[in-house]
Amino acid sequence: MGLKLRRKVAVIGAGLTKFMRRALETGRELSFYAARQALDSAGLRFKDIESVVISTAPDAFDGVHMKTEWLADGCGSFHRPYLRGYVGGGSGVFALIQGWYMVASGMFDTCLVVAEEKMSSCQPHPQGAFNTIFDHTLERDLGVNLLWIFALEMNRYMQVHKLGLEEIALVSVKNKKNALDHPSAQIPKAVTVEEVLASEVMAWPVHRLMVSPTTDGAGAVVMASEDVARRVCDKPVWVEGVGWCLDSAFWTNRDLYYPDYVEKAAKMAYEMAGITDPRREIHIAEPYDPFAYKELHHLEGLGLADRGQAPKLLAKGFFDRDGDLPSCPSGGLLGVGNPIAAAGMMKCCELFWQLRGEAGKRQVSRPVKRGVAQAWGDLMQVGTVIVLGV
Amino acid sequence: MKPDNVRGKNLDKKGFEEATRVKYDLKAEYAYDMGYAVSRYLMGLKAGKIVGIKCHKCGRILVPPRAFCEQCYVPIDDFVELSGRGRVNTFSISYVKWDASRVEKPEIPAVIELEGASPGVGILHVLGEVDPKDVHVGMEVEAVFKEEQDRKGEITDILYFRPVK
Amino acid sequence: MKDVFIIGVGVVPARPLSPEVSYRELIFEAAIKAYEDAGITNKDVETFVAASEDFNEGVSIFDEYVPDQIGAVLKPVHTIGGDGLMALSAAYLQIATGGFRIAFVESHSKLSNLLTQEHIEEFALDPIYFRNTRLDPKFLAGLDMQSYMARSFAPCDAFANVVCAHRKNAMKNPVAGYPAWLTPEGVLATKPVATPLLDGMCAKPADGACCVILANRDVAEACKRAVAIDGIAFYTAEPHPDTWKWGYAIYAELCAKKAYKMAGIESPESEVDLVEADDRFPHKFFEHLEALRLSKPFEGYKDFANGKFSKKGQVPANLSGGHLGIGMMHEATCLYQLAFAVKQLRGEAGEAQLGKVDCAVVQSWRGLPTQTGALAVLRRWG
Repeated sequence: MGLKLRRKVAVIGAGLTKFMRRALETGRELSFYAARQALDSAGLRFKDIESVVISTAPDAFDGVHMKTEWLADGCGSFHRPYLRGYVGGGSGVFALIQGWYMVASGMFDTCLVVAEEKMSSCQPHPQGAFNTIFDHTLERDLGVNLLWIFALEMNRYMQVHKLGLEEIALVSVKNKKNALDHPSAQIPKAVTVEEVLASEVMAWPVHRLMVSPTTDGAGAVVMASEDVARRVCDKPVWVEGVGWCLDSAFWTNRDLYYPDYVEKAAKMAYEMAGITDPRREIHIAEPYDPFAYKELHHLEGLGLADRGQAPKLLAKGFFDRDGDLPSCPSGGLLGVGNPIAAAGMMKCCELFWQLRGEAGKRQVSRPVKRGVAQAWGDLMQVGTVIVLGV
Repeated sequence: MKPDNVRGKNLDKKGFEEATRVKYDLKAEYAYDMGYAVSRYLMGLKAGKIVGIKCHKCGRILVPPRAFCEQCYVPIDDFVELSGRGRVNTFSISYVKWDASRVEKPEIPAVIELEGASPGVGILHVLGEVDPKDVHVGMEVEAVFKEEQDRKGEITDILYFRPVK
Repeated sequence: MKDVFIIGVGVVPARPLSPEVSYRELIFEAAIKAYEDAGITNKDVETFVAASEDFNEGVSIFDEYVPDQIGAVLKPVHTIGGDGLMALSAAYLQIATGGFRIAFVESHSKLSNLLTQEHIEEFALDPIYFRNTRLDPKFLAGLDMQSYMARSFAPCDAFANVVCAHRKNAMKNPVAGYPAWLTPEGVLATKPVATPLLDGMCAKPADGACCVILANRDVAEACKRAVAIDGIAFYTAEPHPDTWKWGYAIYAELCAKKAYKMAGIESPESEVDLVEADDRFPHKFFEHLEALRLSKPFEGYKDFANGKFSKKGQVPANLSGGHLGIGMMHEATCLYQLAFAVKQLRGEAGEAQLGKVDCAVVQSWRGLPTQTGALAVLRRWG
């Protein structure tokens, strides 16, 4: 950004609900669980919260228009400034970016940031709602679904870099296994490469075990200005860099093999954080992994691997929990679940706990002082990146 | 270990059917205005042609056409007729339909870079008259239109793209 | 402390239908007008914020379709699920961090493309507790108006007069979509929607687009016609109708308290030269004026009848025509009102010009069934 920022902002508390295929709870209740847990973990009272940010992906899932107005009480927004930032799937990480600018502006000292998703309300299957994200005239009538666009991108990525399916299946193996240690996980499981490749072909080259499930869940963090953070929190996790970037809607005019939008968002965040060598200065990463190949795609966009090289590093164990640069130690979307906005939030919460040494069995072996979380969204368009550090 | 005390009760399919629920069928109907650029495209499809547009500043030839070049940020209006042939940029073989139901005979969506448009500029459509095993990136294809009397000025006026013999 | 300024606005004429342009083309026109007004190009902008709601557009994840027409490809862009003034607040906050020099705010409406508006409005109600009435959701406005009338003893024609006045004001606003010369009797003869609310009292939908460009002090100093944002606030009060305080607009009270404090306004009646408030229902217009402390509680209608809010009155209100005169465009109308206020502050409002305007207040409401709104205090600068 190149200018002098007014004040520093930290994350001082975090909370998550269980991630489930079909929650009994309503969206308002799920938001409350997460928000309450975040508040308690921060050691603040409800009245200490000056503002609320909510992020949640399409209204079509919950089945309520202007759904954040409906979720307001669950998110703690009663007689408070309340804002919804929306960048599709990128919203989970963007929520913290928005919380950052709410507090960094000087207008608020504290901000409760909530991410919620209740996909199971959409019947007969949430996947159907994704048809409406495509161009209403030129694409929807073709019967397009979300699997198509991911499969098209995955195929392009594999073709350009001459990758094999086994290389990509390793991501599912790693993440689903990592998720066995995550208390919120929806479908943690130890799977093998063979099992992944034997699973149902949904839209070739995408196999079922390479796709994250549809999920209900919520997550929240509390963000605060430097003064407040230093007073109430024993180990604040500082927002060191933020970046976000949205590419053109004409996705069929772009070469999908590389995510420019992630690269630009990462550059913006690294510049703010003063990072010139991300591979040395970033110790832990939580890139967005709705599909197995996406983690690799995004690691390259984040500058943590050369183009086409992420699969090779993965195979060497570089991105394992005990590797040099642990990636998705939480278990990611593939392992923990994919409640769109709450999934990005889950990744940020993971960094919060890892950087404070509170991740228990998931704690990575190497010492960590700085991590990056990234979310993706829209028609292969959005990169939202946050660098957190202690 | 964090997170602790995670709350939330998961329901299985049966539990979901038996839980107290409220059903609501939304009536959401829209009639989208096509505007200047896309109208020309659709009129072209009705006439059995694929129409692109040229930016006088960067020289790119773009499809689907638009009233401004999003990179140069200038209004453009130089429509160009394309041949209807192209190359497969990427493709997939899909056994799952938009509503998550499964099909035996797969659909083959593809991004097709159109001949006459700038490199990398393509449209989304489906492939037909081809065995999925034979589809490959770089394959030359051509548009197959519906019969003239059946065309309505929609993207489905193109039935599919088939390999060029 | 003046941190953030408005350096450009771009507006397209609002109208009931716009079949000749797609939403992209409509927004493109507003965007280039804003860039022209500010004297900058899209390359100068560092962050973009758009206001939209999926179901108004008929597209899920509408932010996908935002960047191209505002010149924001591969730049920081996000949408705010809120009205135009809330999106402007988000842009304000970003500049106030110190990290951004110039921000672009976009809002638009293609409501003519939505054929089942009442169904979408109903879709915003809580599915378990409130949708079961299966009535046009404006019944909530009817209840609120009833409550206002019962406490204020305002007669029906008080509300009809607001409609006539604002639609007449619209005749001097070249971008208004519903200029008209009506009579109170004509308004009162229209069909009931949810008594006491009549159809003629409801603002009508329109298509349009409005873009606003904000900048920090350094950039504003180089630009000759900048307007200062002295105070800004946005609030959500009670989320569900079962806890509404009927007859009041608490969100607007909270916004006014905060924004006036920021702007150093202590007696708004004497310090505000122009107010542009949400008037999509006349009773809401009164509630807003009272919440903004421009009238005592439940006396807004009396002050209106006495001419306090006319062009020559103490606090001219809604000279732009407001929602009633411009058209109800969900996210965009409040920015049309803001653009009008900006022109007044610059002395560029033509026939509608008030004379010297130093301080203008623009207030917005997200509409039914919310209790969310925003407020901005603008001041002449330089």
